[in-house]
Amino acid sequence: MARMTMIEAVRSAMDVAMGRDDNVVVFGEDVGYFGGVFRCTQGLQAKYGKTRCFDAPISESGIVGTAIGMAAYGLKPCVEIQFADYMYPAYDQITQEAARIRYRSNGDFTCPIVLRMPTGGGIFGGQTHSQSPEALFTHVCGLKVVVPSNPYDAKGLLIASIEDPDPVMFLEPKRLYNGPFDGHHDRPVIPWSKHDLGEVPEGHYTIPIGKAEVRRKGSAVTVVAYGTMVHVALAAAEETGIDAEVIDLRSLLPLDLDAIVQSVEKTGRCVVVHEATLTSGFGGEIASLVQEHCFYHLEAPVVRVAGWDTPYPHAQEWDYFPGPARVGRALVEVMEA
Amino acid sequence: MSDPDRLSLHVPEPAVRPGGQPDFSNVKIPKAGSVPRPEIDVAPEEIRDLAYSIIRVLNRDGEAVGPWAGLLSDDELLAGLKHMMTLRAFDARMVMAQRQGKTSFYMQHLGEEAVSCAFRKALDKGDMNFPTYRQAGLLIADEYPMVEMMNQIFSNESDPLRGRQLPIMYSSKEHGFFTISGNLATQYVQAVGWAMASAIKNDTKIAAAWIGDGSTAESDFHSALVFASTYKAPVILNIVNNQWAISTFQGIARGGSGTFAARGLGFGIPALRVDGNDYLAVYAVAKWAAERARRNLGPTVIEYVTYRVGAHSTSDDPSAYRPKTESEAWPLGDPVLRLKKHLILRGAWSEERHTQAEAEIVDAVIQAQKQAEGHGTLHAGGRPSVRDIFEGVYAEMPPHIRRQRQKAGY
Repeated sequence: MARMTMIEAVRSAMDVAMGRDDNVVVFGEDVGYFGGVFRCTQGLQAKYGKTRCFDAPISESGIVGTAIGMAAYGLKPCVEIQFADYMYPAYDQITQEAARIRYRSNGDFTCPIVLRMPTGGGIFGGQTHSQSPEALFTHVCGLKVVVPSNPYDAKGLLIASIEDPDPVMFLEPKRLYNGPFDGHHDRPVIPWSKHDLGEVPEGHYTIPIGKAEVRRKGSAVTVVAYGTMVHVALAAAEETGIDAEVIDLRSLLPLDLDAIVQSVEKTGRCVVVHEATLTSGFGGEIASLVQEHCFYHLEAPVVRVAGWDTPYPHAQEWDYFPGPARVGRALVEVMEA
Repeated sequence: MSDPDRLSLHVPEPAVRPGGQPDFSNVKIPKAGSVPRPEIDVAPEEIRDLAYSIIRVLNRDGEAVGPWAGLLSDDELLAGLKHMMTLRAFDARMVMAQRQGKTSFYMQHLGEEAVSCAFRKALDKGDMNFPTYRQAGLLIADEYPMVEMMNQIFSNESDPLRGRQLPIMYSSKEHGFFTISGNLATQYVQAVGWAMASAIKNDTKIAAAWIGDGSTAESDFHSALVFASTYKAPVILNIVNNQWAISTFQGIARGGSGTFAARGLGFGIPALRVDGNDYLAVYAVAKWAAERARRNLGPTVIEYVTYRVGAHSTSDDPSAYRPKTESEAWPLGDPVLRLKKHLILRGAWSEERHTQAEAEIVDAVIQAQKQAEGHGTLHAGGRPSVRDIFEGVYAEMPPHIRRQRQKAGY
């Protein structure tokens, strides 16, 4: 075991995967010699050579399109989209190509690619470096969507994603790269070295895609969250004193519905939290599933806490980010309903 | 040029519209045999002229002339002729089948048969095409079974794609034919990725990308050229300029650029223009590009100058946007007739044998159709299962799709 930040864990996952399988290649903008703007690929080119880890032109549709072609050949590309906000030029390649190649060719061709992309706000990135576009992927059949919340999961899930036979969108909450950020932006950063889940095996292991994890056991209300919001929800539970059960989804597609249903049947209350905008967000899907499957166990309406339905602002970042105070108010509201 | 103080928008128009006299005076056609054949390791800047000319082998008299001639034997040319005739007969039967309601949709190749049929013969087993919807000659010329193609077109119980794909969107890894998307231009950059992978693995295989004149306007075309240029990918970047993108003439996508081939020059990629209705010229140029790719010299752009004689698809009526007689005025003639004439001139073929071959080919197509129809057509007979809707979205069916399949009763 070693102490790792989420950046180191992600890097270690690619290192392990590249070491085990010559067909794994890593490329993207600035990922080669320099090692990526967040340093996730640092050292990989030096270790595996520049035909296994290399810089790409600034063309997301080109990066994803070539990755799809490489996968059709038999490689397993793990590419970096520098920010999730930059994925839109590749959206056609992702949704109408990567996601459907297995289906439309009846398995004649497949598309085992991973698109890693830093997501979410909290670094004063403004509207083009802060987005959480996960719902734009969960709406696409044929994709898998993974959002880790800690170094241990990030490594195990990324290795599982690279080994997966289908395309995986791997969203890395960038505000979690260096520590378990709970939304208290005015407090000193807590490093991963002081957190249990910063303890990461150096070798190969996987975490199954499609399995959620309960981060806090509780009996009063179920909080469904993923990525950064897991830590925000944990903080809100402590600060309000409400005995919340916090579920970290880890994978949005496929979704661990059983874990949600089991918990809500126990608590009778549910709050869904995400940083992405509210309307047509993934929280709507969760809320709908909860009422379909747990209606007669519910004591109160399902409440959603999300980013406002506006672009991610720059200066007002902390008024936009759904921090522990907003999640806490939702917990109180759902308990009082 | 009315008011010098005001701007005006330039919207290109074709030379002529329905009711007018067909006019191809803007298509400059050099004499067959007049364009030089450079060495395959030539520097792209030394052959810029080739992006603006047209490489031709067959002259008006049916003779094969010039430096690009002499590559194919009688037998190879006869096989090529039969492939083109087969594709034409296949198209005619399938257009009819669509009219009879046996399938929803079809796209024919009339006038463009030489492009995909000749190109296929320049590739080796294991090479991969990333085609558009008008390159079925790649399959025909590789002896892919017609009945399999028809099973797909009819979406019947033996459809290799289980009814999921629009007719003619074939897929055959075995025959070097990447699954057709139906989307435009996406496959162009994928071909470059496939070629990069082959180079990464120090393999010997090459890729071929396909696109139409209209779709070169898509950003994926330009991304493909950047990636191909940067990594010197072993890929042939084919542009089939058949003059029409549904109802839009090629000038809308081409803009102020002289030719589509010339797009390659800015990327430092050798670019050649070839008579797309000349089987020998298509083969010779494709072979040149394939050798370049295989020798690790990188990509080549090829523009095939041809004409879409038929409608864009069975859902299209070209008389609404171009003169009905325009195809007859097309100055590069008909690919089947031109190769037939050449073979007769070589003493390898005759009118009688041609007529006989035509009958045999039509018979073979009809036999294949009977066999395919035995497995059903779109609205009658055997069809894929409803279960097939839910299979194959992922390697392993996730719980939510299983629940939906059960809800559908399967």
